Amino acid sequence: MQPVLEIKNLRKSFGAELVIDDLSLAVPVHTATVLIGASGSGKSTLLRCINLLETIDDGAILLDGVEISDPEIDPDEVRRKLGMVFQSFNLFPHMTVRDNIALSPIKVHQKSKEESFEISNQLLKRFDLLDKAEQYPDRLSGGQQQRVAIIRSLAVNPRLLLLDEVTSALDPVLVNEVLSIVRDLKSDGMTMVLATHEMGFATQVADQVCYLESGTIIERGTPNEVIGNPSNPKTKDFIKRVHQAGRL
Amino acid sequence: MAFNNSWSPSSRELERRATRSRISKRQFLIAAISSIIVIGTLLSVTITSPGWEVVKKTFFDVDYGKEVLPTVIKGLWLNLKLTVIGSICIGIIALSLAILRTTKSAALTPFRFLAAAYTDIFRGVPLLLVILLVGFGVPALQLRAITSNVTILGSVAVILTYSAYVSEVIRSGILSIHPSQKAAARSLGLSSAQTMRYVVLPQALRRVIPPLLNDFVSLLKDTGLVSILGVIDAIRAAQINSSRTFNYTPYVVAAILFLLITIPLTRYTDKAIRGSYSRQSAEGTI
Repeated sequence: MQPVLEIKNLRKSFGAELVIDDLSLAVPVHTATVLIGASGSGKSTLLRCINLLETIDDGAILLDGVEISDPEIDPDEVRRKLGMVFQSFNLFPHMTVRDNIALSPIKVHQKSKEESFEISNQLLKRFDLLDKAEQYPDRLSGGQQQRVAIIRSLAVNPRLLLLDEVTSALDPVLVNEVLSIVRDLKSDGMTMVLATHEMGFATQVADQVCYLESGTIIERGTPNEVIGNPSNPKTKDFIKRVHQAGRL
Repeated sequence: MAFNNSWSPSSRELERRATRSRISKRQFLIAAISSIIVIGTLLSVTITSPGWEVVKKTFFDVDYGKEVLPTVIKGLWLNLKLTVIGSICIGIIALSLAILRTTKSAALTPFRFLAAAYTDIFRGVPLLLVILLVGFGVPALQLRAITSNVTILGSVAVILTYSAYVSEVIRSGILSIHPSQKAAARSLGLSSAQTMRYVVLPQALRRVIPPLLNDFVSLLKDTGLVSILGVIDAIRAAQINSSRTFNYTPYVVAAILFLLITIPLTRYTDKAIRGSYSRQSAEGTI
């Protein structure tokens, strides 16, 4: 079956600095691909390239078999099919939680206000945030804000969800409330690519784990292979250091 | 990274580069065509209009323009002097007012109140009226200690009004800085004043530079209003000349001189600000 996302020989540099080097990856439908690796290994840049936030230097990115790295393609059209959640939430501070969620359904997907609010309310209710609908983001805790940000990206039924270290700015208690949403989405069959430092979570949720170093995938496989029993010495070293930091 | 020397772009990438350059060429072409159409239409409508010959003679008389240029430049020199001195004074007064109005110190409450009253009044009264009141009213008091030099009094009036405008612009910039910045600074042990000086103001001022630039340009133009007190600035010099000969070319000369100052100035500042912004932001193609 055709993968939802296919990346072929991707290359991206910032000036003289090569950030992604000949990276290939396929993400089948209803699966979660987890990217692990130290900061600066290229995880975030990869996600930003998929969302067309960066112009790539070489290779190709295909969404449902269509090359979205084609310069002639309308990036807005592509992003309509993608959801992205950032490390720093990036909620709009001048809008209530409900308006944050309903913005794209109303303005981009031309849904009625009533329908969009209905979608927002259902999602908020499902993730236990309905009482915050009228609040402004700055009034919420970090975990709540990040959950709202995830809900916001879900409101338009994305074909693929990109999560960029969504728990890195949160404390361990709040991390769980965010991760449980992601687990829920996974069991719903959402196709996802996530960058994370939470190895335990990666083990639970991933169908495929990729270890990145210097912009390439050094090792890929099931969580048990890559995190549980890595074969590449570089991966072994990384996992060992994660162990030492007490994060597994 | 050292190993990228061996890389050469794939055929797909070369194709993509060709497409990108095709797109940018297409966009350049569209820009050129639309510019030619718009500018061409404007020009042809002007030149073919029935009164064009007369307008050309009375507004665009090159020889007469050259003749009046020195006197207009002399007038413009006054505008420039007033603008430079004025903007320094305005900057100091406006910044103090803005800081005063955004502090929460209890001891400063009466001053805060006065500052608010000041901005309310001088923002609301037309500049021309302030110039007349200060320019004719103050000398009428016949106080020995106070000058009756109308140039100075006129610029005082301009400074009074513009300080009110500019202080509001700066204040809105200060208020636009997210409270978390203040929280971060205070938690590092910085005092309230240090927080303002090292964290809030640098961000706030950078944010308000574009509107301040606007105010600077209109200050340059509004300094001409002091001519109502009898001082000769660029516009007044042009007026004197054209009322003598019934030829309006001096006005056009004055307009061109103003543009020669304002356009390079604003363009340069705009570019400088953009540069400092992009150094601080991590955004990609959006």
